[in-house]
This record gives sequence, C-alpha cells and structure tokens, in this order.
Amino acid sequence: MAVAAFTFILGLVVIIDSRRVGAGWAEDGPQAGYFPYYIGLILCIASVWTLWRALFSGKAVAGVFVSHQKLRLVLSVFIPTMIYVAATYFIGIYVASTLFIGAFMYWHGRFAWTKIIPVSLAVPVAIFLLFEVWFLVPLPKGPLEALIGY
Amino acid sequence: MEEFSNLMQGFSVALTYHNLLFMLVGILLGVLIGVLPGLGGANGVAILLPLTFTMSPTSAIIMLSCIYWGALFGGAITSILFNIPGEPWSVATTFDGHPMAKAGRAGEALTAAFTSSFVGALIAVIVITFLAPLVAKFSLKFGPPEFFAVQLLTFCSFVGLGKGHPAKTIAAMMLGFALAAVGLDTVTGTLRMTFGTGELLRGFDFLIAVIGLFGIGEILLTMEEGLAFKGVHARINPRVVWQTWKQLPKYWLTALRGTLIGCWMGITPGGATPASFMSYGIAKRFSRDGEKFGTGQMEGVVAPETAAHAAGTSALLPMLTLGIPGSPTAAVLLGGLLIWGLQPGPLLFVEQKDFVWGLIASMYLGNIVGLIIVLTTVPWWAAILRVPFSIIAPVIVVICAIGAYTVHNALLDVALMLVFGVVGYLFKKLDYPLAPLVLALVLGDMAESSFRQSMLLSRGEVSIFWSNGLVGSICGLAMLMLFWPVISKLLARLRRGNNDLDEARPVE
Repeated sequence: MAVAAFTFILGLVVIIDSRRVGAGWAEDGPQAGYFPYYIGLILCIASVWTLWRALFSGKAVAGVFVSHQKLRLVLSVFIPTMIYVAATYFIGIYVASTLFIGAFMYWHGRFAWTKIIPVSLAVPVAIFLLFEVWFLVPLPKGPLEALIGY
Repeated sequence: MEEFSNLMQGFSVALTYHNLLFMLVGILLGVLIGVLPGLGGANGVAILLPLTFTMSPTSAIIMLSCIYWGALFGGAITSILFNIPGEPWSVATTFDGHPMAKAGRAGEALTAAFTSSFVGALIAVIVITFLAPLVAKFSLKFGPPEFFAVQLLTFCSFVGLGKGHPAKTIAAMMLGFALAAVGLDTVTGTLRMTFGTGELLRGFDFLIAVIGLFGIGEILLTMEEGLAFKGVHARINPRVVWQTWKQLPKYWLTALRGTLIGCWMGITPGGATPASFMSYGIAKRFSRDGEKFGTGQMEGVVAPETAAHAAGTSALLPMLTLGIPGSPTAAVLLGGLLIWGLQPGPLLFVEQKDFVWGLIASMYLGNIVGLIIVLTTVPWWAAILRVPFSIIAPVIVVICAIGAYTVHNALLDVALMLVFGVVGYLFKKLDYPLAPLVLALVLGDMAESSFRQSMLLSRGEVSIFWSNGLVGSICGLAMLMLFWPVISKLLARLRRGNNDLDEARPVE
C-alpha cells in the first residue's frame, strides 16, 4: 500500500514536470513532455487501482508485511552495505571491500580470525588481478593504493 | 538454403580458438552465477558487460550469451539439490526435482533437467536460425507506427501473460518508462525531471537498475529467509546418465509441448519464468501420472526445464530482429549491442552478417559445451553452495558494487544501485514484477521516439495506429494480449457452464 502511494506520488511528479516542459502540441510537433505526461497519468491510475484493491478487496493482505526479526536481519545486511558504499568514496573500493567482507564474516558467520583474514584479503586481490591487470578496467582507489604506488 | 550457408559461415567465426575459449569462460561463469542465489542471468551479464568493452563485439556477445546459457543450466542445480531456486525460472523445477533428489535420485533428476533444457534450447535455436532472417526481412518494411505497435504488443503481453496482477505490472512498467524519460530529451533538448541536479542529466542507466534490482534486492530477500543451505549430495556417473537418457524419450511429448510454450513465451515476451510454470501446469493436466506430480516425477522436471530454456533462448529472436528484447537478460545484451556500436534490428542481418551468424552458431556450440560441462562438474558446483552464505553474501555485494561502478566509472551509480536494491526488495515482497520495469527502462527512449515520430507523421491523430492492415493487426493483437486475463476468464466461465472440468486451470 505504501508502495502504491509512493508510485502515485511519482506519477504526480512526472505529470507536473511534464506540464512544466509542455505536454501539449507545439508548432513543430509534440513537446518534450508529451509522452511522459501520459506515462505519469497511467502510473497514477495503476497506483489507485492497486490501492483500491488493497483497501477493499476483502481478503486484506494478512498480517505483518515483514516480521520484526526478519527486518532486523535485512537491516543488518543493508546498513553495513550502506556504510560500505559510503566508504568507497574515501578509502577506495579495495580497502572498503576487505573491511566489508571481514566485518560481515565476523558478525554473521562468527568465523575465527584465521579464516576471516585470508578470505577478506584474497577476494580484493583476485578482483584487482581480474579487473586492473587482465581487463584493464580501473576501479576507485584510495590513499592506501596511492601509498603503494598504484 | 541461404540460412544454412550463413550458419556455416557463422560456425567458422565461432569456432576459432579464441572464441571457443571465451565460450568456455562464459559457460563456467554463467553456471557459477546461476548457482549462486542473488546473482542471476540479468545482473550477472550486466556486471560483466564492462569487461567486454575492449573485446571485439563478436567475442563479447559470444561470451555474454554463454553466461546466459550457463545461468540457465546452473539454476537447475540449486533447485534440485537445495530446493532453493537459483533463478526465478527454476522455481517450477523444485516441485518435482527436489523430491527426486530426496529419494536418492538426484543424479537422475539433474541429468533429466540438463538434457531437457538442452533439448529445449536446441529447438529454440533452430527456430531462431530459420525464423529470424524471415522476421528481419519482414520488419524492414516497418515504419515508426509499426515499431511502436510492436513495442505496444511487447508491453501488453506482459500485462496479459505475466504472473503479477495487471495493476502492479502496469505500475512497474510505467515506473520504468518514467525513469527512462529522466534526463535530456533527445528530440527537443529539454531537460526533464532533473530538478536542477547535474548528475541526473545522464538519466538512469538500466544496467545500474538491473544490478540493484536483481542483485542487491535478491541478497536482502535471501537474508530474510535465513542463511542455511541444506543440500542433498549428488553423484553423477556415466551409468546414471545413460540410464536416464534411456528413459527420457518417453517424455518426448511433454518436452515438445514445453518447447513450444517456451518458444511462444520467449518471442512474445512472457519470459522464461511464466513459461516454466505454464509448461508444468499443462504437463500436469495432460500427463497420465498427473496426480503424482510434486512427488518426484521425472516428467515434472522435463516440462519446466524445456520451457524455461526454450523461452530464454528464443527471447533473443525479437532482440536481434526487432531490437526488442524478450527477457531482462536479453535487454542487457541489447544494451551491450548499443554500447559496442551495433544497432539491433532488421539491418543487423544485412550489415553485420558475421556478428549475427557467429552468435547463432555460438548458441549451438554453447549449449553443447554447456551440457557437457554441467554434467561433468555438478559436484563442484554443489560444493560451492556449501560455502557459508556469510562469505558469499558480502562477496556478491562487492561484485555488484564493482559492476555498478564500472558502467560509467561513477561512484554515484553505486549509491543509485543501493536505492534500486531497496526498490527491488520491496517490489519482490509485494509481488510487483521486475521484468516489465527493466524492459520499459531499456525501451523507454525507443518507444517514445517511435511514438512521437508516428504522431508527427499523422499530425497528432492516434488513428495512425490502425491506418493500414499491418499496424492495425499488430495493435489488435496487442489489445487482445492486454485484455487476455479478462477474455480467458470469460471463456472459462462459458465452458464451465457446460462441464465442471476446468477446475485445474494452469497458472495464468
């Protein structure tokens, strides 16, 4: 339901912006907003339809959408991932990946350090070889790589 | 037999040492992607796409399409041994495949799955070989209204044949179109929906969306279901393979039905997932052992696997001939073609013969190589799944992040990928289909420009879409597809008036 409301708002945004750039018919043909305007319109209609179904369909979507415990599990993956993405801005993708995999193994897998360290180091090294050396695709790097001279 | 000589030409392109190597790498990567939950055909290809920018287009497409075949094969391994579908299209395989494995017939189930998917794919490739040039020749006559009509047909069949509720399918699709419209309008040069931010000028890249929606979304979903994989051990030896092969011809009718359903669903983009369900449902209804389905019938493995592979393969036909992909993975491959500077569509068959026929030849070879590889290496793949998920999950996230970054070398894309991941997770939870969203995102610009061109031609009259026989019949078909759920319900009700046999309708 929340998603339907969200798509409805998105549809409205599309309509409003299309009106701004002009959804009508100019001298030289359709204006920029012509096509998206209808897209937004249909999006709104479909959202209302979904909302209506969710509200009045009788067999209400039973129970909770996601249980508390499951949400915690999902967030326990999502939040580290967010930190990981943010970290790549500052320390480069290799160091961030090492830390991310290590942290993940520590918290979720409860591995011993003797396992965590080799795995979390091996993956970025393998990625480095694959991307930078064999396929010559540069990836974001941070201060550590600069120190080594890459 | 012009096709035949073209095909031979294609084999000579595909059979170079170089391309065979890429084929092998592609299949191995593909099976790996298929086996790992969270990495699927579409996002696997999307992640690896940037690696191929430096290759020649032919080698690149051979490798990428082989990843696709590999992923189609690999999905069956997880479904049968672990009861966890590695791919959405192998969900139906778990119904009978896993019970078989539990009864100690894992080897048989796997052999049946691989062989029948091979058969399905092979027939679909033969269909492509002979049908594609015809379609391409035919579609040379198409103008903008016809192209828009075909695109309309594509999207209408999603609404009609897809598994999701029509309202949700339409919402997902329109969201895709709206996202595609973000950025610079190519016709008038106006900025649309950027709200003053420079980064949105480029618009949303669908590769990022695919990686986020399917990759990150899937990881979040898998996390929710818990981390433990409990699998059945599998041994495949030549004797089991041989015995299974001796049994398989019995199910030729089921296989043929599955293939036909698959080809149909692949070309009209219903996709591999609904095709496998439909084939399973129909096989269950027509089979003599219909009631025993779900307890470990080999027929119940053959039916969805042939259909899924046939659909996955034939989805490439409309992509090559019309530039309209039949599945999300085909959409990613289409994106690849555009990046390599090849314009998919009817002219591809005229101007890029080597490329097209090299690709088609590689489909034959890739499936043969794939069959041999999966039959010989099953234990290894099963072993990978015994690696704890708490190692696999972060590695997949890292790979997704790298894939998203390398598309444009932009870190903002990685953040966008995360946003799409959340959207993907929510959509999956709420049964919004993702495929229409991705296809709309890919085709958005094309559909819009052909619509506007037709509008220009007709000075704003919508009647151009039924102005001649060709475009009119395509549009009519599109409308039929759009209202198919309603029509089929009416038909069913009419029939039920006569007899009460229609209780066991297959999945829509």
